[in-house]
Amino acid sequence: MIRFEGVSFTYSGAARPTLADLTLEVPEGELCVVVGETGTGKSTLLRAVNGLVPSFSGGALAGTVTVDGRSTRDHRPRDLADVVGYVGQNPLSSFVTERVEDELAYTMENLGIDPSAMRRRVEDTVDLLGLHELRDRPLRSLSGGQQQRVAIGAVLTASPRVLVLDEPTSALDPAAAEEVLNALTRLVQDLGLTVVMAEHRLERVLPFADRMVLIPGDGAPVVVGRPAEIMRTATVAPPLVELGRHVGWDPLPLTVRDARRKALNLRTRIAPLCPGRRREPEQPRREVAQARKVGVHYGSVVALGRVDLAIRRGEVTVLMGRNGSGKSTLLATLSGGRTPDRGSVTVGGLDPRSLRPAALIRQVGLVPQDPALLLYGESVSDECHSADRASALETGATRNVLDRILPGVPADRHPRDLSEGQRLALALAVVLAPAPPLVLLDEPTRGLDYPSKDRLIAVLLELARDGHAVVLATHDVELAARVAHRAVVLADGEVIADGPAHDVVCHSPVFAPQVAKVLAPDEWLTLDEVRLALETVPA
Amino acid sequence: MSSPARSVHPLAWWLWGGALAAAAMQTSAPNPFLLLLIAAVACFVVATCRGNAPWSRSLGFFLKLGTAVVAIRIAVEILFGQRGVPGHVLFTLPRAPLPPWAAAVSIGGAVTLESVVTAAVLGLQIAVILVCFGAANSLVSPYRLLRCLPPVLYEAGVAVTVALSFTPELIETIGTVRQARRLRGVPSRGLRGMRGIAVPVLEGALDRSLQLASSMDARGYGRRSEAGNMIRVLATVSVAAGLLLAAVGVYGVVVAGSLFGLGLPVLAVAVALCASGLALGGRRAQRSRYRPDRWGGAEWAIVTSGLAAVAAMALAHALEVPGMVVSFVPLGVPPVPVLPVVGILLAGTPAFVAPARRAARAVSQPSVEAVPV
Repeated sequence: MIRFEGVSFTYSGAARPTLADLTLEVPEGELCVVVGETGTGKSTLLRAVNGLVPSFSGGALAGTVTVDGRSTRDHRPRDLADVVGYVGQNPLSSFVTERVEDELAYTMENLGIDPSAMRRRVEDTVDLLGLHELRDRPLRSLSGGQQQRVAIGAVLTASPRVLVLDEPTSALDPAAAEEVLNALTRLVQDLGLTVVMAEHRLERVLPFADRMVLIPGDGAPVVVGRPAEIMRTATVAPPLVELGRHVGWDPLPLTVRDARRKALNLRTRIAPLCPGRRREPEQPRREVAQARKVGVHYGSVVALGRVDLAIRRGEVTVLMGRNGSGKSTLLATLSGGRTPDRGSVTVGGLDPRSLRPAALIRQVGLVPQDPALLLYGESVSDECHSADRASALETGATRNVLDRILPGVPADRHPRDLSEGQRLALALAVVLAPAPPLVLLDEPTRGLDYPSKDRLIAVLLELARDGHAVVLATHDVELAARVAHRAVVLADGEVIADGPAHDVVCHSPVFAPQVAKVLAPDEWLTLDEVRLALETVPA
Repeated sequence: MSSPARSVHPLAWWLWGGALAAAAMQTSAPNPFLLLLIAAVACFVVATCRGNAPWSRSLGFFLKLGTAVVAIRIAVEILFGQRGVPGHVLFTLPRAPLPPWAAAVSIGGAVTLESVVTAAVLGLQIAVILVCFGAANSLVSPYRLLRCLPPVLYEAGVAVTVALSFTPELIETIGTVRQARRLRGVPSRGLRGMRGIAVPVLEGALDRSLQLASSMDARGYGRRSEAGNMIRVLATVSVAAGLLLAAVGVYGVVVAGSLFGLGLPVLAVAVALCASGLALGGRRAQRSRYRPDRWGGAEWAIVTSGLAAVAAMALAHALEVPGMVVSFVPLGVPPVPVLPVVGILLAGTPAFVAPARRAARAVSQPSVEAVPV
């Protein structure tokens, strides 16, 4: 269905090609997942399928890409719109109309499809993706998961034979991600659609994948194969696969169910060493920030209703909850970005709203969902200098922090040209330079691969050891399991669970990490715990 | 099948609003009571028929704009108005001496109550016309109106749609960037703050337009047969020329004695050009339209009710009913003619005819998670 023949692609001005001599074929009716570290060209590959690369990216493409027998050389993206449906990373920025139903019909209108057929297909798609409640809603009012489903529906109505999705679940909470992936599997199973998608959180997509394309990124050739084979050696692997590799299971289990069947023996072997509540704080820690009965509403929508929360030093607190449960709002209130409509917030004994910006950054630092928002300098060194100046530090202080987080970020590079991981490190350095006792992070792992995530976890744990209070809002349950001392779950603007991460996360069907699911009912959370136990226990 | 947003055809509301505006425009010395009645009817219909969408609240803006227009009209009258209107002198402003070549303009002098009232009524006329269009604007989604454009104007329509969706996004981005600046310890207000905000906002705007362009292309926007290119150019040129000629023709018709009396023929040619352009463009268009707005009984009723107001006003004018042409020199309370009042009240029938949409319309909720940090 999709065929890449000797495809190389170089962005204009780049020294090395992003894709080098890529040959690959995706047969009809397969769900194909493209994996690789950040910056290896996953998005480039996806966008080349319907010719958006090079039409909208510039650069030089060699070789041929054909979809359903049509080459992107002779067909512009618009001429392939009836064969390929492309859904980008951020659905909201790709919407063309303002209402769900109009958005669903847009592609068909361009293709000149007969009105009665159009009507029928919209109804079918509405049923298939469960959009009935949403059809008259303005697109901007939808939650992240709903937007993603509408974006998929909007390309599906044109009944394409290929669906290309770039990180379709990266902005979604675990339940919404499941919902989207289930819809996609149905399309593959029932309609024989060919799906190609890129995804960082492999733990979510691995059970659904028929085929994997691994881009190693160091110039080595692309590897294509069955997920079980690829996962044997891939540097990007979910915790489940890492566990399987560590224990030496063969064939490698890709689903929790398979792994549980194999784990019987392992469970009994390491059960006596189960860490239980080991990570509970030893002594009461000093509180650095408090929210008392905080309520925030946007118009008639209640974002937070009477939230009480105390943030303590030396602790990593993870905020979880579905899209729209009030996590971002809570962080915004703690950082003084939003005045609570009810109740009060204090950081270091002060009201963050009353502080001038220069004083505020000494009390609290927030890394927003898109770290690029914090960066507006011309180069990395420019950013570091302006951060030094803003908090009256000696020259080079921010750069030192950056080097501690991630050494070797080129000083003359423009922040926009950094990789996701480098950009996050720079934003983190800028926030940490004035050493605020309270550090807040909003969804920091969006777009991060596993190695960058490991580094982030190390940095956050070190911050906590140094006595900072770290609060992290995330949908990434694996990250939460590895980094959190304490977990707070929000639902509809209320705190529904608050306690040691072990207690909160372990038995939740939604928030439990893969290792916990495999080894339940014993309370194991992370691979490291299992590794440690295996080292002490004799085989 | 009665999806709530499939309400009244957008053109019906615009024709209704236009008719009300035309009723308000009947004379150059209007009756203020009739004007106020027109505004009241427009507001009443909006209050009963509008939805919950953002544009539904735009009438308030138009009302404020109207008030400002009246105020400005009075201020201008006081400062530069016609002198020598006899009547009750309110106060006298010092006269500013002007050179002889500016004799047509006068500044200062005696201000009479009569001149102020006349100015207020003329200002009210403009304000009411604004309110009529504001009413149409709050009843119809601008997007749905654009969907009614003929295919030839489709490209222009898309440009406007994109611009419309762009503005809220821009405002949101500015808020987000401002917050982010605060988090870096940099002032977000004042001149220095402005400069730091402009760069990321513009960068974001450019990014967004590129993304939108690629997304539209990937979804088939601009697909057409290569052979149709010639026809497309022809259609666009003839529509553009037709519109230009129409403007000239209208001028010729309205201003007697201009264009050597060729106003009507020019207008006819313009209409023919526009029509042929639209027809040509419609033929080559490969696009189809999803659930086009239908024109039914409710639409006819709405347009007819608007036309009733115009007709009643025109008839009363032709019959020279007292109270149609009102002069405030000498000052007095003008009579209220019955025939136009009945006509204008008829224009309020859409409030009962147009299906009540308010409760049915989906409540638009702001997404909580999408709030800037």
